[in-house]
Amino acid sequence: MDVSLFIQFLINGIALGSLYALISIGYTIIYGVVGLINIAHGEFFMVAAFLTMWGVLQYNLPWYISFPIAAIITVLLGLLVEKVAYRPLRKMKTSAFIGAISVSFLLQNLFVVVFTPRSKPFPHPALLDQVINMGDVALPVVNIAIVLVSGLLFLLLSYIVTKTDIGRAMRAVSKDLEASQLMGVDPNRIISFAFILSTSFAAVGAFMYCSKFPYVDAFTGVIPGLKAFIGAVMGGIGSIPGAMVGGFILGLGEIMLVAFFPELTSFRDIFAYLILILFLLFRPGGIFNVKAREEKV
Amino acid sequence: MKFKVDRKTILTLAAAALLLGLSFLAENYLDDFQIRLLNMWGIYIIMVVGFNLIYGFTGQFSLAHAGLAAIGAYTVALLTLSPEAKQLSFFIAPPIWPISVLQLPFFPSLIIGGLLAAVVGYLIGAPALRLHGDYLLIVTFGFSEVIRLLLVNLPMVCNGAMGLKGIPQHSTLPLIIGLAMASVFLVKRLVDSSYGRAFKCIREDEIAAEAMGVYLFRHKMLAFVVSSFLVGIGGGLFANILGTVDPNTFKPYLTYAIVTMAVLGGVQSLTGGIIAAGVYTIMSELLRSVEAPRTIFGIDFPGIPGLRTLAFASMLLLLILFARQGIMGSNEFSWEKIGLFFRKLFKRTEGAENREHS
Repeated sequence: MDVSLFIQFLINGIALGSLYALISIGYTIIYGVVGLINIAHGEFFMVAAFLTMWGVLQYNLPWYISFPIAAIITVLLGLLVEKVAYRPLRKMKTSAFIGAISVSFLLQNLFVVVFTPRSKPFPHPALLDQVINMGDVALPVVNIAIVLVSGLLFLLLSYIVTKTDIGRAMRAVSKDLEASQLMGVDPNRIISFAFILSTSFAAVGAFMYCSKFPYVDAFTGVIPGLKAFIGAVMGGIGSIPGAMVGGFILGLGEIMLVAFFPELTSFRDIFAYLILILFLLFRPGGIFNVKAREEKV
Repeated sequence: MKFKVDRKTILTLAAAALLLGLSFLAENYLDDFQIRLLNMWGIYIIMVVGFNLIYGFTGQFSLAHAGLAAIGAYTVALLTLSPEAKQLSFFIAPPIWPISVLQLPFFPSLIIGGLLAAVVGYLIGAPALRLHGDYLLIVTFGFSEVIRLLLVNLPMVCNGAMGLKGIPQHSTLPLIIGLAMASVFLVKRLVDSSYGRAFKCIREDEIAAEAMGVYLFRHKMLAFVVSSFLVGIGGGLFANILGTVDPNTFKPYLTYAIVTMAVLGGVQSLTGGIIAAGVYTIMSELLRSVEAPRTIFGIDFPGIPGLRTLAFASMLLLLILFARQGIMGSNEFSWEKIGLFFRKLFKRTEGAENREHS
């Protein structure tokens, strides 16, 4: 493999890693605050992508109007799901998980029934399709955009979490729910805020992901959702830097596997699952060794 | 254990014999569609009571069932297909050695399928059952998906994504109903034994169970391996009834369907599982006809794909939100209740031994 090809793979890997990191954050925020594995996160991702596509194809909106509308609907949907389906089950772990899987299947098939089961092209700004050539290295603009957008969002998130009151309250809730309540934190407000953050990250992630892989259907969210989830577990679920690092390593690793062992390409999902299993068995805290919140008896 | 030949035992045996007799009659007099429904009902009963055992009675939420069913299904498919048929259908890569020459009759293949699923269940459970809650269910889910992806990616073992077709169909309705009754009987005997009391103890409070001297790991493993065996048998029958297997059948949705049935019936009730399996089978077939496009009185109705899953997902969500007890809660069918009902006595006899039949 020559250097320019390697650099190309590296850039691709960094872009995919940033995408996974962006989506992983959604899982980790919810898990940190509510202690719920929000399996339906991939479906929020799908909803954002699908509605953006629908707005452009059906109503001829430009993408920069369609996407914000889709993102707002996704966030509202996230809040609705939290209120209707997750809040009543908050104290019951297994039931909450069954609820989350149900929401996931429900959203997928709702979109199949209401819209269409067919896959459609994702309308994205034409600028992102361009390729910059620097010597032998071809640099797709979409990859640069992904890295820039996710970088900005990571900075924004770390500002929110470390510097603002609501971020401090979020960290408090994820450390100790009861104690934070005694200190005057309203957990429902914090949890709603966590869902807003999580779904808006999913929406941006969906836009960037679908600009890179430009087809959308009702099951678009499944694979990136799972990969991002594995990334979140790798980094230590519940930890925001963990999710970033885990998602990033998983995306980069996936591209590098394809680059160096092309014959193993079809096995990459198996490797992802094996990583998930091995981490949970031998280092459930992930790379950052996050301690699970202790259950009060 | 000494068998008491009392009225209940006689009634249970009579009912079982009656059901078997009826299934022979049904096989001869009902049409294909109705037989298919009854077959699927029997298969789902086997899978659901297996899930009841591990989740309802032992409290370990496992999502590995789709993968374990795949093991049973593929074993039966590969062992019952003739070597020539295998050579013909493997057109991505020729089958590797033991698979290319082996052929067994149906029933031994089915048992081997169940045993292999149990062995795989043991290998999955040995590391996974040391974990709790979220971790347990993610690890079992991961294993299930690894099994499915291996099926896709190992064309020399199981013909990859193409799946296997033309599996000779040997199973009959009496066989499936008989196996379903046997599974219910097995699980019922197990949960009523001292092992079963240990299972329930683990479900209620692991720490207390351990303090009382229950060997946690061994009991969880026992429940998981028996559950895997049953699901493997169910998968094997599934392959035989459908005549084809492919990896798509064993996507996580299959596990979800089993969970739906178990929750609908009440996770701690075998009777509930039996009823729910029937409800699920009928609903599933009715909705399937809505999904396919068709013509009624010359008007074309477009099919509505996805409606079936949408209906079941909404149903499970509503159940889990508003009716976590399901149809039966933790109640079981018993002759005493029937007797009481007929004698129009509405007093519950406390602590009556529940004997259940299928």
